[in-house]
Amino acid sequence: MAAVETTYREALRQALIEAMTEDETVFVMGEEVGRYGGAYGVTKGLLEMFGENRVIDTPIAEAGIVGAAVGAAMTGSRPVAELMYIDFAGLTMDQVANQAAKSRYMFGGQIGVPMVLRMQGGTGRSAAAQHSQSLESWFTHVPGLRVVMPATVNDAYHLLRMALKCPDPVIFIEHKGLYVRKGTLDTERPDGAWGQSVIRREGADLTIVTYSRMMFEALAAAETLSAQGVSAEVIDIRCLNPLDDETLIRSVTKTGRAMVVTESVMTSGFAAELSARISERCFEHLEEPVLRVAGEDIPIPVSPALERGAVPSPQLIAETALWLVRRIAPSWAA
Amino acid sequence: MTAGGNKLLLEHYRTMRRIRSFEERVNELFVRGQSAGSMLHMSIGEESIAGVCRAMEPGDSFTTHHRGHGIFIARGADPKRMMSEIAGKSDGYCSGKGGSMHIADMTLGALGANAIVGGGIPHVVGAGLSYRNRRLPHVSVAFFGDGAAQQGILYEAMNMAALWKLPVVFCCINNQYGMGTRIDRAAANPNLHERAIACGLNGLTVDGSDVEEVHDAAERILGAARNGTPGFMVINCYRFYGHARLDKSPYREESEEVEGRKRDALANARKKLLARATADDAMLMQIDDDAEAEMNAAVDHAVAALPPPVDTMFRDVFAEGEPPPRPLRHHLSMILGEGR
Repeated sequence: MAAVETTYREALRQALIEAMTEDETVFVMGEEVGRYGGAYGVTKGLLEMFGENRVIDTPIAEAGIVGAAVGAAMTGSRPVAELMYIDFAGLTMDQVANQAAKSRYMFGGQIGVPMVLRMQGGTGRSAAAQHSQSLESWFTHVPGLRVVMPATVNDAYHLLRMALKCPDPVIFIEHKGLYVRKGTLDTERPDGAWGQSVIRREGADLTIVTYSRMMFEALAAAETLSAQGVSAEVIDIRCLNPLDDETLIRSVTKTGRAMVVTESVMTSGFAAELSARISERCFEHLEEPVLRVAGEDIPIPVSPALERGAVPSPQLIAETALWLVRRIAPSWAA
Repeated sequence: MTAGGNKLLLEHYRTMRRIRSFEERVNELFVRGQSAGSMLHMSIGEESIAGVCRAMEPGDSFTTHHRGHGIFIARGADPKRMMSEIAGKSDGYCSGKGGSMHIADMTLGALGANAIVGGGIPHVVGAGLSYRNRRLPHVSVAFFGDGAAQQGILYEAMNMAALWKLPVVFCCINNQYGMGTRIDRAAANPNLHERAIACGLNGLTVDGSDVEEVHDAAERILGAARNGTPGFMVINCYRFYGHARLDKSPYREESEEVEGRKRDALANARKKLLARATADDAMLMQIDDDAEAEMNAAVDHAVAALPPPVDTMFRDVFAEGEPPPRPLRHHLSMILGEGR
């Protein structure tokens, strides 16, 4: 099939439909996934196609949803559980971190939990402090979980298809600001292998390491920088844990400068992990400290003016990059 | 009582005696410093769960908890591999990764023992969905204690099981104590089965000192669950000893313990067997001796078994065939070693 233009949402939906058609042990469950079609429309039409045994509208009971998915995965099913917002993960963390993640290990390899837990996070819809967070580091801190965060339309499709073939629990984090974003889907050509980081733009002066929606902000910044004669390489991590650090280490070895860009708040965030790995492995190639450009250490405020200011913008990324590479201080520099 | 019933009681007696012996031997293993780690929760006083386990069919699954040794024995687990696991040895059920609180045996439908109070309860809902969707005739049983009955997850799970008419049974072993807190200090309404009835399940409470009553009730509850009416049964019993091995129970009176230990399903079964002349003293002593010998052999086996090689620690974080996590020494060598 030739490549087609579609949206992130449609790509996810197509991946679910194909997986459910191919494998009848796959089913979806979550709040409003059936009749409503999913809060962000990803599961629209699935109920009519697959029936209510495989498209299960649940009560508002997040821990129960994830717990049931764990049990189903232990007994031969391949559930796709949906949390409407990543912010609700707090209600589920025992089932995610102690049950899904650790069962295979605690039981000496006897019990696998091949489930996908879909959720979406991030800012951009003025959804305020309890519906806008970027909490990926809650999950990357737990051994046994695989954490993926697709940015592109093609990754939305392919990473979900790969997640549904993975024998381990996969935390699949979408971004609410990407669902209507258009892009190219080629069902025969993934952007990269499962677990692999991908270079989205090649460059020579610095490496910007990022993932999810910030990948597009970084690409926009790279475009601005290019006009100013600075060549930025942009790496999309895609799969946060386990992490392919070789790709970014090769890049930073080449460029000598690295900046990590995340929407999640800076303190104890995944940006710190990326920064540490680069600092450890590229120490003698680094011209400057590895910088983190992350969300402000505040809850996400509702006012669009405040919300925009709480997370990195292309302008902030570009200004910081100029400072890092050319020592051109931005207007706000102290 | 029918001859078949008497024969069954004798079988219950044998199972309960094996559980009792197993727990007593585990206790000794701990005292001698030969168990792995600090966690050991004995199920002495809860042996009548044998009645529930006897009512389960091959193919049925279950989840259990930190006080679950007896349930594994009653479902047919191998005491040698259990003891090895408790001792942290390589031929234990979980290759020495789980220990006392995390025994599992998929071949017996054991979906694992959980050390988070209430953690395994919702898994039976998912198992029920698997059986329903694949038209399998199995039931999944969650075993947990009165402590877990106070966790919110139970109510999410019960509601879903009733809403979707799943082949699921919640079995609450009410030993009266969540660690040091007696049920009347933890539950405003200690008639726990009433909560299940309110959620739309079959709910009942049975006397845990009578294994025949437990078995009869379990047959009914499991039968209804197999036909799409999930159930909840409370087994009222008494935890004979402290929460864990080192707990001397300072929160309860000795007189209460003396009374509580009279609720002994094993002793009651023995009395009944003698009264009905199903067995004589010699026959029961033989059963006792066989159980002791079996569990002593399990201890000897576990003590002699080898510990797991240290590099196996990286196994089973992810599925077989997937790259294992990078060992720290490898990571450090990449930073400081020759080949950087």
